[in-house]
Amino acid sequence: MGSKQTVFTQEQLEAYQDCTFFTRKEIMRLFYRYQDLAPQLVPLDYTSCPAVKVPYELIGSMPELKDNPFRQRIAQVFSEDGDGHMTLDNFLDMFSVMSEMAPRDLKAYYAFKIYDFNDDDYICAWDLEQTVTRLTRGELSAEEVGLVCEKVLDEADGDHDGRLSLEDFQNMILRAPDFLSTFHIRI
Amino acid sequence: MSPPPNGLKEEGDRSGRRPSSKQAPKAEGPAGRRGAQPGQKEWRRGSPRPRSPRRKPTEFRSRREELRRQERSLAARTGEARRKRDGRASLKKQRANSKKDKEVLGKEETWKQLKKPRSSSLASNTSGGESLSEEELAQILEQVEEKKKLIATMRNKPWPMAKKLTELREAQAFVEKYEGALGKGKGKRLYAYRMLMAKKWVKFKRDFDNFKTQCIPWEMKIKDIESHFGSSVASYFIFLRWMYGVNLVLFGLIFGLVIIPEILMGVPYGSIPRKTVPRAEEEKAMDFSVLWDFEGYIKYSALFYGYYNNQRTIGWLRYRLPMAYFMVGVSVFGYSLMIVIRSMASNTQGSTSEGESDNFTFSFKMFTSWDYLIGNSETADNKYASITTSFKESIVDEQESNKEENIHLTRFLRVLANFLIICCLCGSGYLIYFVVKRSQEFSKMQNVSWYERNEVRRIVMSLLGMFCPPLFETIAALENYHPRIGLKWQLGRIFALFLGNLYTFLLALMDDVHLKLSKEATIKNITHWTLFNYYNSSGWNESVPRPPLHPADVPRGSCWETAVGIEFMRLTVSDMLVTYITILLGDFVRACFVRFMNYCWCWDLEAGFPSYAEFDISGNVLGLIFNQGMIWMGSFYAPGLVGINVLRLLTSMYFQCWAVMSSNVPHERVFKASRSNNFYMGLLLLVLFLSLLPVAYTIMSLPPSFDCGPFSGKNRMYDVLHETIENDFPTFLGKIFAFLANPGLIIPAILLMFLAIYYLNSVSKSLSRANAQLRKKIQALREVEKSHKSVKNRAADRDSEDTSKSSSKTATPLQITHAEPTSHSASQSQALEKKARDTGASSPASGTLLPASQHLPGSQPPEVTPDSGKPQSQTHPWKSASRKSTQRPPH
Repeated sequence: MGSKQTVFTQEQLEAYQDCTFFTRKEIMRLFYRYQDLAPQLVPLDYTSCPAVKVPYELIGSMPELKDNPFRQRIAQVFSEDGDGHMTLDNFLDMFSVMSEMAPRDLKAYYAFKIYDFNDDDYICAWDLEQTVTRLTRGELSAEEVGLVCEKVLDEADGDHDGRLSLEDFQNMILRAPDFLSTFHIRI
Repeated sequence: MSPPPNGLKEEGDRSGRRPSSKQAPKAEGPAGRRGAQPGQKEWRRGSPRPRSPRRKPTEFRSRREELRRQERSLAARTGEARRKRDGRASLKKQRANSKKDKEVLGKEETWKQLKKPRSSSLASNTSGGESLSEEELAQILEQVEEKKKLIATMRNKPWPMAKKLTELREAQAFVEKYEGALGKGKGKRLYAYRMLMAKKWVKFKRDFDNFKTQCIPWEMKIKDIESHFGSSVASYFIFLRWMYGVNLVLFGLIFGLVIIPEILMGVPYGSIPRKTVPRAEEEKAMDFSVLWDFEGYIKYSALFYGYYNNQRTIGWLRYRLPMAYFMVGVSVFGYSLMIVIRSMASNTQGSTSEGESDNFTFSFKMFTSWDYLIGNSETADNKYASITTSFKESIVDEQESNKEENIHLTRFLRVLANFLIICCLCGSGYLIYFVVKRSQEFSKMQNVSWYERNEVRRIVMSLLGMFCPPLFETIAALENYHPRIGLKWQLGRIFALFLGNLYTFLLALMDDVHLKLSKEATIKNITHWTLFNYYNSSGWNESVPRPPLHPADVPRGSCWETAVGIEFMRLTVSDMLVTYITILLGDFVRACFVRFMNYCWCWDLEAGFPSYAEFDISGNVLGLIFNQGMIWMGSFYAPGLVGINVLRLLTSMYFQCWAVMSSNVPHERVFKASRSNNFYMGLLLLVLFLSLLPVAYTIMSLPPSFDCGPFSGKNRMYDVLHETIENDFPTFLGKIFAFLANPGLIIPAILLMFLAIYYLNSVSKSLSRANAQLRKKIQALREVEKSHKSVKNRAADRDSEDTSKSSSKTATPLQITHAEPTSHSASQSQALEKKARDTGASSPASGTLLPASQHLPGSQPPEVTPDSGKPQSQTHPWKSASRKSTQRPPH
């Protein structure tokens, strides 16, 4: 316990608890996970908020993420500059959004960003192709991928502009029975 | 009155924003949006305003005097600076305004919701005069509540952590400031105390939540499994945990109300015949082989029905044990029914939105099929494979939805498959019946081998359970169902097999019971005569009363209730052992073999034939359900059964967790067995109902044994109820009960219930129909809206292009440079939530309204100024002045 107190101040811990869905213990655990990724890089004292970033290569190799086909997107979405390198704040953000307690709206917003590969605020056919290819490891033929993308656009595109806006996406995801149970990462 | 709150409000305004170097334009955020030009015009007139509060003396006056003076001077200074700036060309002013607009729209978009009420409150506050301190206080209170709400919902905001932290700090500072200032007025102590308590309460709640999550048993274990095997395997363990909870409650009920009172207060062991091992069994009563069969000492213990005495009350508490025994037996079923139905109902409430899921097959597959919990490469491989196959399946479905197959062949095959399976079921049922019969014959003989004694329970039933499911699966391949439907059929059939086996077993048992009952009369006579002869036999000194016959020597009946209880006990234990041995051999030994023999084998064992075992979710869940059914059936005649079951569930939790983690690979078929799956709950309910039937039958229509159990000597078991009502309740209550039990009242009551069910059913049907219609309507409406919007969008885009072109011809180039960045920033900054709606709403607005206002640059401001400009202007000096000055005094 003694060492825990020196990592964050009480105020920092309280603030983190207010800003994430984690308890004090979980925050400490996440911090140690983060610190373990790059022990020589991350200091054990965060009271002065040092600006440390852990490179994506290390983030992506976490057991929670390493098998996820979207790990690069996740890291990019939650990192500050979109390059996948994460500060502790980004790290906490990421797991807070992915935690069980996060509400559906918040999750849907970030899921949209994750599936929006080219960052143009719309999920277009190209993004969908990327998604399918990653989900199936490229085992579907081009025709099948095309068909799937077409069907998805057909189902979810409310305004028929050939791409999914955030609103379309939220509309769709709101009805998904499995979204909440699958879109979370336990750490 | 007003001054302190005013200052506070400005604090709030300030803290509502991010601190940055551009404070001056930002401070006018709300005003800038509502009409910055008029605000600035009014500024000059409004600058002496800060004096006005002084005209109205207040209780804070003396305290705040100095502060206010400082504010005023500051306000004057900043006002002058402003005036200088504003005194420049009107074009520049316009530019500044639009800049402000930009900033406001661009950076503060997410604050829109939060600010709107505040700015309106500001406006109403100042326009209503500054004397209404109560009102202002209320408004500030409102703002503080908003802030608090913001603090509470901070974690729900889609912002990066740095922003969240800043916002949080500012909101907290604001709240704290406000609390301190308000405390200076009235009831400071009380208020501070209340605040303290509120804080403590929040902290306590947080700690309590932490504690609660820690208290959920096996949470980490299950999560571990979940992350390795996906949510479908974990759902079995969640089901197991739920079952364990239910059983724990049942155990508490039986143990606390029946077993403990009997042990503590009942007549001790060896005092009466039913509590003593008979003389003939005495030598072997402690042998392990006997105990293992639940004979010997165990048979004459509190674990079984026969041990309980029929004394009406026991101990100094005058505890009515037979009554308690009966009521606990009833309430075990009552509680189980209630909890199963309640969880079913809560599941259906949660799954109302599933009706539309077929509209989004591909979307759901695309966006929700990846389980982010997977943290294991094998599981990931399986998931990739299953997603690919499910995509392919859907594609095939999609392509073949209009294609008709040879429907006659399919139908024929399905009928054939069902016929074969029914044959299998009948055959296995007959086999069980035959074997039970045979075992009854064996039980009459003396020297029987181990095989013959155990063939029913331990061998035949397990063999059937082992070989029939794969057989069914093979037959089901004929049917060509969709896998999910096929799985349900398969489950239903295995269920029927188990159920058939169980019921045949029960029928055979019932034959046995009837046999014993028919013998009972003669045994009763023998007992009677033995006792009679013992006491009246000659050759004993008549003067000395004979010592009572030793309880072990009294001849006694076979006590069919205990026999039934023992039967269930054996079944449960052997079932448990078979399960564990299957896991050990089928999973662990196989995994070890595959793992270590792989180094010296001709082919790849891991990928090839034996490979690792999968975790069989459906089989396990069905096993669990049936086990529970046996517990329900047996618990009336063997109160200790639930205790055994609790132990079983506990060990199987740890054992199966270990087995899964050490030697299984995930199931290929994605299958959910959680409580949210009502199919399982439905099966459980069916089993509960079916296990209720035999128990109810025996209670209602079989006479209890004459010399064992709490109901001995009565005609029927439920007579204990009559007895209690007649003897222990006042007579009028007895009359009421008798009246209630009158068929003339019960039949109408049942009829009424049927009517109520019918009525509620029809109401719910009509409601769901209305629901569906409304949903359809909403969908249609949304489609219409969408198409409208897209048309409008396109039109608006064209419009704005046109207008900007035309304005480039007519107006000065400067204005265009404003117009474009404004609309750009407006549309770009709204990348956050409500993106689509905002672009829909604002881009036509910015496309059409803005150019229009630029065509008439001079005409618009005067129109707006009189009402909205004036009140806001009054707040400006405060805002800018107090920023520095109000902070100073407290420090």
